[in-house]
Amino acid sequence: METGWISWLPEAASTMASKVDALFFYLSGVTAFFTLLISGVLIFFVIRYRRRSPFEIPRPVAGSHKLETIWSVIPFVIAMSMFVWATQLYFQQVRSPKLATEVYVVGKQWMWKVQHSTGQREINELHVPKGRKIRLIMTSEDTIHSFFIPAFRIKADVLPGRYTDQWFEATKTGTFHLFCAEYCGMNHSGMIGSVVVMEPREFDNWLTGNGGNQSPAVAGQQLFQSLGCASCHGVNGEGGRGPTLAGLFGKQTLLTNGQSVIADEGYIRESIVNPQAKIVAGFTPIMPTFQGQVSEDQVLQLLAFIKSLHIVNPQQPVPAASPVNTRSQTAATPPPNLK
Amino acid sequence: MRAIEAFEPPLPSKVNYINAQYGLKSWLLTKDHKRIALLYLGSVTLFFFFGGIYAMLIRIELLTPRGDFLSSATYNKVFTQHGILMIFFFLIPAIPATLGNFLVPMMIGAKDLAFPRINLLSWYIYLVGGTITIYALLAGGVDTGWTFYAPYSTTFSNSYVVLTGVGIFISGFSSILTGLNFIVTIHTMRAPGMTWFRLPLFIWSHYATSLIMILGTPVIAITILLLAFERLAHIGIFDPAIGGDPVLFQHLFWFYSHPAVYIMILPGMGVVSELIANFSRKNIFGYKFVAFSSLAIAIFGFLVWGHHMFVSGQSVYAGMIFSFLSFAVAIPSAVKVFNWTATLYKGSISYDTPMLYALGFIGLFLIGGMTGLFLASIAIDVHVTDTYFVVAHFHYIMVGGTLLAYLGGLHYWWPKISGRMYPEGWARFAALVVFVGFNLTFLPQFVAGYLGMPRRYHAYPPEFQVFNVLSSAGASILGTGTLIPLVYLIWSMRYGRHAEANPWNLPGLEWRTQSPPPTENFIVSPVVTWEAYEFASPDEMEVVGTRHAARFEDAEAPAGGD
Repeated sequence: METGWISWLPEAASTMASKVDALFFYLSGVTAFFTLLISGVLIFFVIRYRRRSPFEIPRPVAGSHKLETIWSVIPFVIAMSMFVWATQLYFQQVRSPKLATEVYVVGKQWMWKVQHSTGQREINELHVPKGRKIRLIMTSEDTIHSFFIPAFRIKADVLPGRYTDQWFEATKTGTFHLFCAEYCGMNHSGMIGSVVVMEPREFDNWLTGNGGNQSPAVAGQQLFQSLGCASCHGVNGEGGRGPTLAGLFGKQTLLTNGQSVIADEGYIRESIVNPQAKIVAGFTPIMPTFQGQVSEDQVLQLLAFIKSLHIVNPQQPVPAASPVNTRSQTAATPPPNLK
Repeated sequence: MRAIEAFEPPLPSKVNYINAQYGLKSWLLTKDHKRIALLYLGSVTLFFFFGGIYAMLIRIELLTPRGDFLSSATYNKVFTQHGILMIFFFLIPAIPATLGNFLVPMMIGAKDLAFPRINLLSWYIYLVGGTITIYALLAGGVDTGWTFYAPYSTTFSNSYVVLTGVGIFISGFSSILTGLNFIVTIHTMRAPGMTWFRLPLFIWSHYATSLIMILGTPVIAITILLLAFERLAHIGIFDPAIGGDPVLFQHLFWFYSHPAVYIMILPGMGVVSELIANFSRKNIFGYKFVAFSSLAIAIFGFLVWGHHMFVSGQSVYAGMIFSFLSFAVAIPSAVKVFNWTATLYKGSISYDTPMLYALGFIGLFLIGGMTGLFLASIAIDVHVTDTYFVVAHFHYIMVGGTLLAYLGGLHYWWPKISGRMYPEGWARFAALVVFVGFNLTFLPQFVAGYLGMPRRYHAYPPEFQVFNVLSSAGASILGTGTLIPLVYLIWSMRYGRHAEANPWNLPGLEWRTQSPPPTENFIVSPVVTWEAYEFASPDEMEVVGTRHAARFEDAEAPAGGD
């Protein structure tokens, strides 16, 4: 922590942090100016026009439409400048970049479980490389949590039953707070951890250091077999009694009711836990629900496996060769919360 | 002062609404809006100090980073119960049900509210709701936060969620009935000559508040019912594990609870409009703009609930629109502040206690409003939502705003309510203590919030301690500041100087009858021939006064003997 006035601000350790701070300074400047101006005028009036004799009656002053218009329009214009700046920044914040390393986050009372695409697991810690874009795909096993990293100026609620996501690019190495920001029961204030930002090289070593971890995609493939998914969807997702899964992710899918849906994370999750919700055109609703039979971790593994399936029927789903699992095939997919 | 007495029959009747009847039954079965206002005054005061005790427990716990004073489970119940008591049982009823109840009929020249029995019923409903809630809190408490977010509240919490919900559900009807009563009264019972634009702004703000009460409160009732269905019968409404949607709960909850903020602050703005105009003896600058800004706030207030949910997973486009509307709702609030300030221009400003509270209100409302702009800016809200920044912001609006206006109004109308003057020196001192204590409590929380301290944390990282110690110090000053008026106002009921009919020398109708007023408010129904806030010099007052005094005197004739 630096000394002086800087310590009144949290550390700025992501690309977003300095942008949010710039907006914050703008608002602080404008609002401080007007607060001082208005209270200055107020105090001046209160002193200047204090009652000097008990029965004095000041002359009434008529209202002024001109003044009312001026002091409605000026605040409105200033407010709109804040609105435009803040909203365009917000859109940068919610629109995940095309090439980002995906990290899965599962919140539960009262811990954060993290899994990297290489299989590395962490609890209440998140190791990330500096200077790479990281996209968090998050869900909860129980109630609502919120994944908050003050130094990155990001926060998003983590909901049961669906995925939310957020992204960041760290700009500083170091250890930063990770908080649960949505009240989640008894040990809410203990649902904290740290985000460790490392140099990319160090991070790659860290990732490979704890060998023997199965990548989520490989774990997902095993689940795919053991749960019997393969009997209808094919060993490699090539389809059968159930729809084809290879190459499905990110594609437009036609449903029996004539609507179509983009096969994003949320859709695939729903199709596992509540298969009757959306039936792919040409298929019958024969799939049983897997709700209660698979944990959120396992759903994420199945998801990773399905994402890894390509149309060209690979013998083995390829876990990302590099720790950076670029998801080029999903380039056109909006984040799930955009729907 | 001789001139002022010309308003009144020469010897005011000694019979007033307080001593007209004696005995507990005469209070518990009263249909007099003024007595009902006093019943409310007693009960909201009780709930305020109940909620205050919980606030003190919070501030003691947060003195140290480690959760070493209360257990986590207890702490969670303490902040939940602080919120529930303060919001549903103090802030929402405080001004409308006490000052509003007392003054709405008097200010428009009516003998009572339109439905006196319903008015009494609403107090009993409030009391039943409050008793059930207090019982739930004492029996074991509730730990969901006052926001009752599902699925925590429906599936995971092991506390008295439904019982507390029942208490809030019931008390909501008291709110609805009060709002209904005010609207009908303001429409149908204005004295001859009391046109809409001669109404004091207090009435306009209560009209706007009543609209929110009757339109918004049913939604929280429905929400609580759905929550109870899911919790008791496991019907999947909010919990995704049984097919529900947790974000739906937040939409329903904030659809009421955001407008509820305006239920709390609009009556406060009405009080402040009265205080600013009357204690500077100036007609309010831009009367119609202030009046209509109340209605604008009431309407816009229903369209901004989603700004509580920028990080909840709602659509980003919805977030954008809610952000825009939140900036829009800031404008009528700003207009009010500008008009209050302009009213002071070339006024005759007294420094009586009510005015100190009004000026304090503007100061705190400025800070509360300005920080609201930070929260309406989505990119900043993402960082500061669910942190102490938000806690500080809404305390500035709801406590800095509503509490100060309530205390200011209570002092202003105390001579009318009790027939006694409060001790001015003590009152000014208490106003200063409240103002200083309040700022010391909540200013540091803005900093802690931007630094990232999440709200509802029982233990916290040590770097936030300095801000929490400042807050706790401020809270003890603020708490003391609210105890002082409790003591001297009770004291003044017996020992205070007798108040004249019109101790502040003001033109409002409530000052044109004796203090305390007779049960029927005015001996003869007044006829209004003056504009709102039409102040007159002592000489002119006499003319105006005698003209109206004549009317009063006619009626006073039979009772004039005493």
